[in-house]
Order: sequence, then structure tokens, then C-alpha cells
Amino acid sequence: MENTINITIEDRNGTIQTVEVPTDINLSLMEILKASEYNILATCGGMALCATCHIQILEGIDMLPEASDQELDMLDTLPDSDSDSRLACQLHLSDEHNGLRLKIRGALQ
Amino acid sequence: MIKTDICIIGAGPVGLFAVFEAGLLKMRCHLIDVLPQIGGQLSEIYPHKPIYDIPGYPTIKAQELIDRQMEQIEPFKPTFTLGERVESLQQQADGSYHVLGSEGTVIHCQVIVIAGGLGCFEPRKPDLINLALYEKSNVHYMVKDPERFRDQRIVIAGGGDSALDWTIYLTDIAREVTLVHRSDSFRGAPDSAEKVYHLAQEGKINLLLSHNLVSLGGNGHLEHIQLTNKQKEAIVVPTDHFIPLYGLSPKLGPIAEWGLNIDKNAIEVDTFDYSTNIERIYAIGDINTYPGKLKLILCGYHEAALMCQSAFKYVYPDQKLSFKYTTVNGVNAF
Repeated sequence: MENTINITIEDRNGTIQTVEVPTDINLSLMEILKASEYNILATCGGMALCATCHIQILEGIDMLPEASDQELDMLDTLPDSDSDSRLACQLHLSDEHNGLRLKIRGALQ
Repeated sequence: MIKTDICIIGAGPVGLFAVFEAGLLKMRCHLIDVLPQIGGQLSEIYPHKPIYDIPGYPTIKAQELIDRQMEQIEPFKPTFTLGERVESLQQQADGSYHVLGSEGTVIHCQVIVIAGGLGCFEPRKPDLINLALYEKSNVHYMVKDPERFRDQRIVIAGGGDSALDWTIYLTDIAREVTLVHRSDSFRGAPDSAEKVYHLAQEGKINLLLSHNLVSLGGNGHLEHIQLTNKQKEAIVVPTDHFIPLYGLSPKLGPIAEWGLNIDKNAIEVDTFDYSTNIERIYAIGDINTYPGKLKLILCGYHEAALMCQSAFKYVYPDQKLSFKYTTVNGVNAF
């Protein structure tokens, strides 16, 4: 279908499911994950300040736009971030991201 | 002791606007904020960013909004305690409250309004066995007094600017410095990273990249930290102090201990008047939650107005509240 893609999400407990995501609405990946009932604090509301929407990209990281300095600074401060880490609040998905696989890592407190 | 009608915790845009709405109802306000300046996130984090959804301003910079709000509330002579965190609340026999600050400030008030935004920024803690055991003595989430580490062995963990900067600084003070980073490179501040690589080459520090923290060990006092290297082999580094520098993350802090109903780090309120489950305590702005909550400055202003109508009965229990428009009555200064 046009303007929707499928992404595969692994929850903290290892549960994996594929979610259909619209790409023609102006929502960040953090907002999409929250709307899909994933437990994400998103304390700062999407300003790359709290890093509670930390995700690990399992497949498709090269398709994503590069992280801004602010996102990288925040990721650098996390005890458990790696080179495949991103902040979901800084990502907006489009049709080319079909098949993206990710794991939810953000802290719950 | 400071005496006021309403004590507002948080001096961001919503806390400031509450002063205006309270002032129209002849209620005086004192604001207390953990940050050293007025304005909350707007002044601390994004003073130069434009905001586009403030009515009447097609665009306004965050700091300018705060400056204008200060001008708007000037007639109501608000007072401020800055750079101090509220630790606890004590209800008095007559129902009023004492708000107790971390530096000893006591504010006596009839009503408490929590407009704390994201809460307080607290150090992020790594996941490490026995961390809590040594937290009081040999674990330091910030470097307050570098001299404390003179001639001591220290392990710093983290890959951000503060981990790099303190590694460089403490190399000349401590006896032995080890920097542990989870990744194999540093992304931020290329100058600092270059210096750290240089210090490692000269043998002045012990740089452990691609290492993970496992546990702290010792016998009553910290003696070593255990790590794993890239090959998952265990490594033990003897140390006197562990300094994890993983930046700050917004937390509710002491607010979580006051008996308020909390959902996902936000305070549950009744949208009738933005009251919490505890009488005389209200929560407005980003720190509250209710069905349909939007974290917008705009919504916080609305919440402030309704809150004041409800808080009036505690400040003036014998008076009847009559609603008046500023267009009819103007703004009557204190």
C-alpha cells in the first residue's frame, strides 16, 4: 500500500512484532511507538533531552538520516548506547525505511 | 521564613503565568526553582529557539517569551528562590503548608502549585553490580572537588564531553586514571578526544575502549572494578574511586516521595481544576498528566488560569470569587 511501511519491533522482553506504519503523517518514530502501545517514557516530549526513547537499529541503519550533533551528544552520555543506537524522537520515517528492524532500549525510570 | 499565598515550584513559562492569574485574584506568589535563573527549559536549554504556537506571536524566541512574561507579572511583585530544590512539604495544623528547600529555605503558603516541567536533572546511573553498595563512599556522579582525588586511583566511565574533560583535568591530580568507554571511539568534542588519545599514548592514562562495566568489588570500601573487554574476557582494575559520567536525565526527584498519584513520571490531576490527589496541591504544565494531555506551553497557561480559580478558596476562605475580565477591570497592581 502507498504511504505505509512495515517495521519490525523487538520489545525489551524480546517480543517481536511487525507494525504497519503510515509515512504520510508528521509523527516521529517515538510517537509512532507510543501510539503502538510500546512503553516509552519520552519525558522530554521529543527534544532529544532525556534519551528514554533510545532504540537500537538491528537492520536498516544506513537508510536513516545521520544523527544531529545534539542527538549524538545525548547518545554519547548513555551507559548502554552503541554505534547502532538512535533516539526515536529524532527519526521521521518515509517509504524507503520499509523493513526497518529495531529494538527498544530506553530506560523506564 | 518566607510567607506567601501560593508557592509555585518551577519558574518556567507556566509557573510565571500562574503568577499573573493569581495576581488578578489578589493572591501573592513565591517561586522556587532548582535552576539558577528564571525561565525553566526555555532559558536553560533552548533560549534562542523560536516558538511558533504562542497566540499573538507568529514567532517568538524562547528567552524573549520569558522576558515578556516577567514584564507581564511585574505588577504582582512575585518573589523568587533560585538554585534550590524543594525537598519536602509539611502540612501545618491549619491546613497551610511549609515548603522546605535543599538549602534550608522555608516557604509558608496556603497553596502549592507544582509547575516543575521535566522535573530535576539528575545524574544517569550505569547498570553495574554493587553500585548501590559503594554509592555513598567511593562512587561520584559529578566532580565537585577535584582535590579529593589527589594521589588516588580513579576509574572514569563515559564517552561524552564531561568524561573526556575530567579525564584530562584529573590526570595531573590523581595517581592513576583509567577511562572506560563502551564504544571504540569518541564522537563528541574532537579536540578533547585527541588529547585523551595522546595521554593514553604517553602512558599517562589507561584508556579502555570497547569495555563494559560489570561490577564493583571490595571489602567495605571500594578496591576494584570488574570489566569485560571486546572479547568478553574479564578484566579487573584496582581503584579507590569510580566516577561514572553519563550526563543528566530528567527525573521527578523528591516530588515522587510526596504521596502524589504518579503515572509515568507525571502527576495525575483532575482537569476540573488541575488539583492533585492531595488537597491544596495543584500540578500544571508539562509535569502533569490527564487523558488527552498535550505538553504545550499554551495548555499550561490554560491550566494555570483554572487552577487559580480553584485555589482562591484556600487563600480567601471567607470570600466569594467573582470572575472579572481584564478588559473590564484592568490589571490592578499590588
